[in-house]
Amino acid sequence: MLDATPTPDAQVETLLEVNNIEVIYNSVILVLKGVSLKVPKGGITALLGGNGAGKTTTLKAVSNLLHSERGEVTKGSIKYRNEPVHNSGPADMVKRGVVQVMEGRHCFEHLTIEENLLTGAYTRSDGKAAIARDLEMVYEYFPRLRERRKSQAGYTSGGEQQMCAIGRALMSRPETILLDEPSMGLAPQLVEQIFEIVKSVNENEGVTFLLAEQNTNVALRFAHYGYILESGRVVMDGPAADLRENQDVKEFYLGMSDEGRKSFRDVRSYRRRKRWLS
Amino acid sequence: MPEQLAFTIEVFLNGLMAGVLYALVALGFVLIYKASGIFNYAQGVMALFAALTLAGIIDGQVPFSHLINAILGTDIHHFGWHVPAFLAILLTMVVMIGLAYAVQRLVFRHLVGQEPIILFMATIGLAYFLEGVGDLMWGSDIKSMDVGLPQGLNTWIDDTTFNAFGYGFFIDNLDIVASIIAALLVIGLVMFAQYTKQGRAMRAVADDHQAALSVGVSLNFIWILVWSLAGFVALVAGIMWGTKSGVQFSLSLIALKALPVLMLGGFTSIPGAIVGGLIIGVGEKLFEFLIGAPFLGGATENWFAYMLALIFLVFRPQGLFGEKIIERV
Repeated sequence: MLDATPTPDAQVETLLEVNNIEVIYNSVILVLKGVSLKVPKGGITALLGGNGAGKTTTLKAVSNLLHSERGEVTKGSIKYRNEPVHNSGPADMVKRGVVQVMEGRHCFEHLTIEENLLTGAYTRSDGKAAIARDLEMVYEYFPRLRERRKSQAGYTSGGEQQMCAIGRALMSRPETILLDEPSMGLAPQLVEQIFEIVKSVNENEGVTFLLAEQNTNVALRFAHYGYILESGRVVMDGPAADLRENQDVKEFYLGMSDEGRKSFRDVRSYRRRKRWLS
Repeated sequence: MPEQLAFTIEVFLNGLMAGVLYALVALGFVLIYKASGIFNYAQGVMALFAALTLAGIIDGQVPFSHLINAILGTDIHHFGWHVPAFLAILLTMVVMIGLAYAVQRLVFRHLVGQEPIILFMATIGLAYFLEGVGDLMWGSDIKSMDVGLPQGLNTWIDDTTFNAFGYGFFIDNLDIVASIIAALLVIGLVMFAQYTKQGRAMRAVADDHQAALSVGVSLNFIWILVWSLAGFVALVAGIMWGTKSGVQFSLSLIALKALPVLMLGGFTSIPGAIVGGLIIGVGEKLFEFLIGAPFLGGATENWFAYMLALIFLVFRPQGLFGEKIIERV
């Protein structure tokens, strides 16, 4: 699987290209050590890996939200539609069509669901009618939000908040959504439901997704292509179907093995060797 | 109607009017605190600065005249014209917006993500800086302010109540105007926050900076907007207080009275600032009239508000209308 071609599909236009970036927090903490990836237009690309692998940092580097957390891209480049964007500011990224749904939902607690959604349209200037149409569209995808539209977001359930966060992102009419850990803290059934909606938004609206997820199983079922991050590096990448069948992925991320259980120490050293090999 | 009751009602009404002015100052605090989590100690000084600037502009005073005279050896004081009140208010508003921009640009932009206590210290510095600049620009003499607001006894209320109760209420016209303006201001602010795009963004920023950034809201812009609004409220408060008791530096001390108002109403609630102001205004006047003067030797107005605030802090720390921290079960 490792020798599979790194470019997903030569014909499809590459929207986002992250090239060997290094990210440092607080001028001292090195979090990403050369991450490269490509996101093709119209696809769902998954970014997988455990805690602290650098998934969130990668997304925030793209959406330019790093600056407010004292993070900085010190090496490499991020290109969106072939234009360098790693110093353009979050508002500019939203205007370019890239919006991030942050880990842990981050709804505006004291605003109602509908106000949350409308805030998503902040950068738009195409008139109230168009915004009202998109609000209707979001309610079509998330009927639950229509029922709760007058409730303060802080009083809605975790699943509803996740829907609200995704709906809010959709309200900016994005071309690409950076979706960070949508499954976090949700019941398996809800996770399934949310991924189904992501899939249909991807298919019907043509929105491109870059998805960071710890739930490798679900992510690989819905994504087209996957990158596996470990300690700030990409250690493996390939079409989702291939990754699903890959022995290492099965073993370390899906918890399946042909050889029975392995001791944690073996796994660790194995992973370490793997990292240097790749 | 017995004399004593009529007196009490009159005191009550006057308390309401005083409360409106407290509320106006408290309002400026709430606006900034809500949107940026900064407790702006300089709010009172902003009211003073706005009043000084307005009085100076109306009078046609040359700003920094003392400084200019000292350096150049000239002797200028006034341009020799009088600016119409309406135009002067507009100009002062421009100055306040400029101030908001400068404060954001030079101070708070560099303090993003710092501890609240550091931001608070910065506003204390700002307060003294602004007081000094106000002094340097317009001089430290007491100015009278006349923007054409009606003043003095409202004879209509006096006559009507005299005919009805045999006792004429003394209500100042200025107080009535102040109440109406304050009410309009609050309605305007609430409408702005509730129903406009920028107002919504303002509340969004108050809730979650990161999330607001992620949907493309510019924090800098929102903070300048909020400081400008606070500057506008300070200007209104400055006009009222200035007209009532002259523009003098003790004006900045009314900020201290806004503190108990905020503790009562809650730091995050616009209606809370109003109700808190009214309660303090009425409370201290009635307390003085009914209990303070007859039994405690008077002058209770100086401490009544703080005592009330203390009681509130013990039993209801978020104030009457403060936002409850949302906790889902």
